[in-house]
Amino acid sequence: MISPTFSLNDDRFLTTDLADSRLSPSFTLSGNWSESTDLPLKQRLSEVLAQGSHKSISFVAGDAFHWDSGSMALFLGCHRLCEEHGCSLDVRQMPEDVQSLLKLATSVPPNREEHQKRIDYLKVIRSALEWGRDWLHFFGEVGLGQQRMLLGRSDARWSDGMNFLYQAGPSAIPIVTLLSFLVGMILAYLGTVQLRQFGVEVYVANLVGLGMVREMGALMTAIIMAGRTGASYAAQLGTMQVNEEVDALTTLGIKPVDYLVLPRMLALIVAMPLLTIYSNILGMIGGAAVAISMDITPRMYFYQLSQAFTMGDVMTGVVKSIVFAALIGFAGCHAGMRCGRSSAAVGQATMTAVVTAIVYLVIADAGLNILYFHLGI
Amino acid sequence: MNPVNDSSLSHVIDARDLRLQYGEKLIQTDLNFTVNKSDVFVIMGGSGCGKSTLLKHMIGLYTPTQGQIIYDGQDYFSASEEEQLTMRMRWGVTYQGGALFSAMTLAENIALPMQQYTRWSKAEIRDQVAYKLALVGLAGYEEYYPAEISGGMNKRAGLARALALDPEILFFDEPSAGLDPLSAGRLDDLILELSQSSGATVVIVTHELASIFAIGNNGIFLDAQSRTQLDTGSPSYMLKHSQQPLVREFLSRGEITG
Repeated sequence: MISPTFSLNDDRFLTTDLADSRLSPSFTLSGNWSESTDLPLKQRLSEVLAQGSHKSISFVAGDAFHWDSGSMALFLGCHRLCEEHGCSLDVRQMPEDVQSLLKLATSVPPNREEHQKRIDYLKVIRSALEWGRDWLHFFGEVGLGQQRMLLGRSDARWSDGMNFLYQAGPSAIPIVTLLSFLVGMILAYLGTVQLRQFGVEVYVANLVGLGMVREMGALMTAIIMAGRTGASYAAQLGTMQVNEEVDALTTLGIKPVDYLVLPRMLALIVAMPLLTIYSNILGMIGGAAVAISMDITPRMYFYQLSQAFTMGDVMTGVVKSIVFAALIGFAGCHAGMRCGRSSAAVGQATMTAVVTAIVYLVIADAGLNILYFHLGI
Repeated sequence: MNPVNDSSLSHVIDARDLRLQYGEKLIQTDLNFTVNKSDVFVIMGGSGCGKSTLLKHMIGLYTPTQGQIIYDGQDYFSASEEEQLTMRMRWGVTYQGGALFSAMTLAENIALPMQQYTRWSKAEIRDQVAYKLALVGLAGYEEYYPAEISGGMNKRAGLARALALDPEILFFDEPSAGLDPLSAGRLDDLILELSQSSGATVVIVTHELASIFAIGNNGIFLDAQSRTQLDTGSPSYMLKHSQQPLVREFLSRGEITG
């Protein structure tokens, strides 16, 4: 029984022949089958397959049969469909290239393994616990590294240290300059508006001076450095992980923490207090710019400034900046060393470095302020 | 001198007087060769002679300091940007490590050029992706990320992506590097099979003798010392009849024949 020829399109035809027995129906494909994947061929095939148990179904190339990789994709789908019904697709009457491409595509059975995409309800808690353990592990590694460094048994090489120091210090000066100057101005504006109500605008110098040295200088520098140096540490170390450079160090018997992490952290710890002091000065100059525009004479401003804070206040800021430097270095290197092995992971590590650094900074700042308050400094 | 060069088959790629440099550093000069339709063209030579560099010039990543590379009668480097894009769409490139986008699944990697350059529907793209993956023996790995599969599988997936738009010319950079002999052999078979059944021309950089003889029917031999080509033609012909002892030595692994 030859069914009527379907015209699927203007120039595309399908004839189904269920004649000889119910065992081997054949489909004759004629016309232009290129650029076609969503044709009713599959639907027709599944109808035939559903009608009875066939051992094989043959595809036959009819008149003016044209094909391309789109039709190949379709034939592959048909092949899989037949397989599911325990039937084989016979393409021996198709062009040779179709046969060999289909043979190639079906030579390896498809991977049936379920791709792991389990939903883990405890994932948040689990990953938090894992992160905590990993954090402690890295903290311990860094601690041991520092001990080795103090005992002079470190694997660190200090020739790279100068380079890191340059990256963490002088090259950050332009951005620190700009932001500190602006922060000084912001503080001054904020103060002037309030203090004017009491007619004591001159105290704006105290506000700017004390604000910069105790708080804003250290914090602003730290935030700049977290985004700049912390992120770059994470990206550098992360890329080294991807390139297996960290593995290479380990197998050469060099401890990656000593060689990669400590010099970077140390560079930050040296550079940050200096940058902070620089930032303090720039902030005060920024404040002066505002104060002078508000009819406070420079002399008055700087005299008032000299009375505003003591060396102790400066030291509180410097101590803060040392703590911040260690935290930024730690966050950046931790994220980099724990980076995965792909380019996406490097991006993730960089983001983690900046976010964790800023969280650490704010928590540490709050803690130090409470401590200073209770110690009366 | 060499029968392959004198064939009257249509020239798919014609290189004329190429000079390749990195800045001031000369890599290769005076390169002249022809790739015919359906050739498997092998770029051979010792380590560091500039094989990959030549390939990168051929796929338009670098511009030669001098000379032309002519694809189907059109010089790539003097073509306009749009013409270059049309030419590039007819090529498929497989990189050494696969160069798959690590943030995407295999299916997304292969679908990317299809989404960019075709009007296929989602279902059509899905079927095409399944077909291309099946061709390289990775059926069922659609949802995997490159990091979750082995290096050899990454290479094959890279090949599937190169095949996405049914290229007329396929470029391979050291396809069998880092694979065990069996996998390397299978990959060679795959390349040969694909080029034969789809009629694509293949340009391949390799220094694996097994691959060179198994699949190459035309090629060029580059020399690091003289910084130019020593010979062109079919590798098996070169092995027997090359005028250059170095070429015969290379192809016979040091045991000079004849």
